[in-house]
Amino acid sequence: MQVQQAHVPEKHRTRVRQKLGRLARQEEREFYLFISPWIIGFILFGAGPIIASAVISFTDWSLLSSPRWVGLANYERLFTDRLFSVTVKNTFIYAIGSVSLGIVAGFLLALLLNQKVWGMSLFRTIFYLPSVVAGIATALLWVNIFHPDFGLINYTLGQFGIQGPGWLQSPTWAMPALIMMSVWGAGGGMVIYLAGLQSIPEHLYEAAALDGAGPLRKFWHITVPMMSPVIFFNMIVGIISSLQAFVLILVMTNGGPANSTLVYGLYLYRTAFQYFEMGYASAMAWVLFIIIMLITALQFRLANRWVYYEGGLKG
Amino acid sequence: MKVGHSGSTALATARPGGRLSSVRMQRRLHKILVYTLLFGLAWVFLLPFMWMISTSLKQSQDVFTFPPRFLPTSFEWRNYVRGWTIMPFNTFLLNSLIVTGANVVGNLLSCSVVAYGFARLRARGRDVLFLLLLATLMIPREVTIVPTFILFTKLGLVNTLLPLILPAWFGYPFFIFLLRQFFMSIPHDLDEAARIDGASSWRIFTNIILPLSKPALGTVAIFAFIGNWNNLLDPLIYLRSTEKFTLALALNLFRGQHLTQYNLLMAVSLIQLLPILIIFFLAQKYFVRGVTMSGMGGR
Repeated sequence: MQVQQAHVPEKHRTRVRQKLGRLARQEEREFYLFISPWIIGFILFGAGPIIASAVISFTDWSLLSSPRWVGLANYERLFTDRLFSVTVKNTFIYAIGSVSLGIVAGFLLALLLNQKVWGMSLFRTIFYLPSVVAGIATALLWVNIFHPDFGLINYTLGQFGIQGPGWLQSPTWAMPALIMMSVWGAGGGMVIYLAGLQSIPEHLYEAAALDGAGPLRKFWHITVPMMSPVIFFNMIVGIISSLQAFVLILVMTNGGPANSTLVYGLYLYRTAFQYFEMGYASAMAWVLFIIIMLITALQFRLANRWVYYEGGLKG
Repeated sequence: MKVGHSGSTALATARPGGRLSSVRMQRRLHKILVYTLLFGLAWVFLLPFMWMISTSLKQSQDVFTFPPRFLPTSFEWRNYVRGWTIMPFNTFLLNSLIVTGANVVGNLLSCSVVAYGFARLRARGRDVLFLLLLATLMIPREVTIVPTFILFTKLGLVNTLLPLILPAWFGYPFFIFLLRQFFMSIPHDLDEAARIDGASSWRIFTNIILPLSKPALGTVAIFAFIGNWNNLLDPLIYLRSTEKFTLALALNLFRGQHLTQYNLLMAVSLIQLLPILIIFFLAQKYFVRGVTMSGMGGR
């Protein structure tokens, strides 16, 4: 639209606008009418809560009494709260573990599926399925699978003569177990990598082959750079969502044993909806938001070093 | 691998004649390797589901045998009935259907109307508002969750299904974004012709844009269905009395109360999972489209 207008001579354009003035105004009214549901929603469930949350974070409020202004006390309390540092550490372990394993697994699956072999769509369905159906039912399924005595994993390990650990009941193994489960959902990323792989022009590989490049060199010098924007995207989205993840962790371990899987979102949920400390919970939410923004900004800065954009555009 | 595959093709064309058979051997080996990996991994990805089915059919005493058995000794189909009737699951199912249905309809109506405005109508301030809409996608749920809870508490709607339903009727930014992208790709010729014939924006929206957008609307409906069918966080926050529980929340309750009855737990979990499995197999292409269109994978 912008481009089309630029070609119309200035004088002509103003005349058109005058003639269409009434129509344009009507279109504008219609625009606001059409988007009015979202505007109401934005005020009620978007901007309103965001502003309210910032204000509440400076108060002490249990919902039963009226809010009491406490200034920065909630934020100060956070930095002396022992559980805060525990949850930050757990959250980072979970995020780094699940995102890095998820990227590697999703990418390898996509490479494998990018072969021109028969039955490709069937295999894609199988690998993709867990990421779509993931929810309460599959979380309960994994609780069953991780059962120390009667679960599938220790049964399988037992077949090889290995005595498996207590998984969700062990402070050492509960977090690795949760990360393992998240890798089961790597098929969601796989679909995106697959779309990316299929858009790499074939002539790049042909040219490299003429220059005598072997499979490994082609992989490192063509596939990886061409896919780096997709990897970067999945990394950003993955880290943001894994820093917030907690509902399925609540179902599976409820933060235990010994707080070894108590992640940030779960602690926030408890603070707000079990202890009813609305002010403190809001402060926690804002600190989480700031952490997420800082990490995302840092990733964009680091992206210059490894993400390759065709056409020379640097992110 | 793609790399290896194109590599061997290039080899085959570069060196014809005597070397061909070894190239063919190499290609065959490559294919065997690929299939071995594919079948092996497919087995690993499907095994949890088989374990689920197997456990759901076991007798109680078979669940806790040591060492565990993969296959049940006898198929206890009654587990499904027993699990379903141990708690008022019909009520939970009805609640889930109400919440999910209202969310699907609400999202389809509100998001498509808003998306049409952003995609097709020109107005001052439109681009700024759209940026604002995109910005709300980045705000973590945690920030808005407390004030929204307080709002619904003040409205006296806690322990009703309404807090789980109402927000969907005011547009969900992610779906608005997805639909707007789709509407933008529909050629303008059609609605311009209709406009010359005197059709209003609303008529163009309902008679031209919506019928052409069935794939995108389908994607939104499916995402909304699965997201709400599996939603556990909002029911956890807003629902108090058992008769208001959704299936997802009831499963969590079941686990707490009947911790040791894994066979029944797996049976009711499978029932809860069934609609999603059916939708997945019927409408796979919609997921892939939605995921690649928006880039949001595996949520």
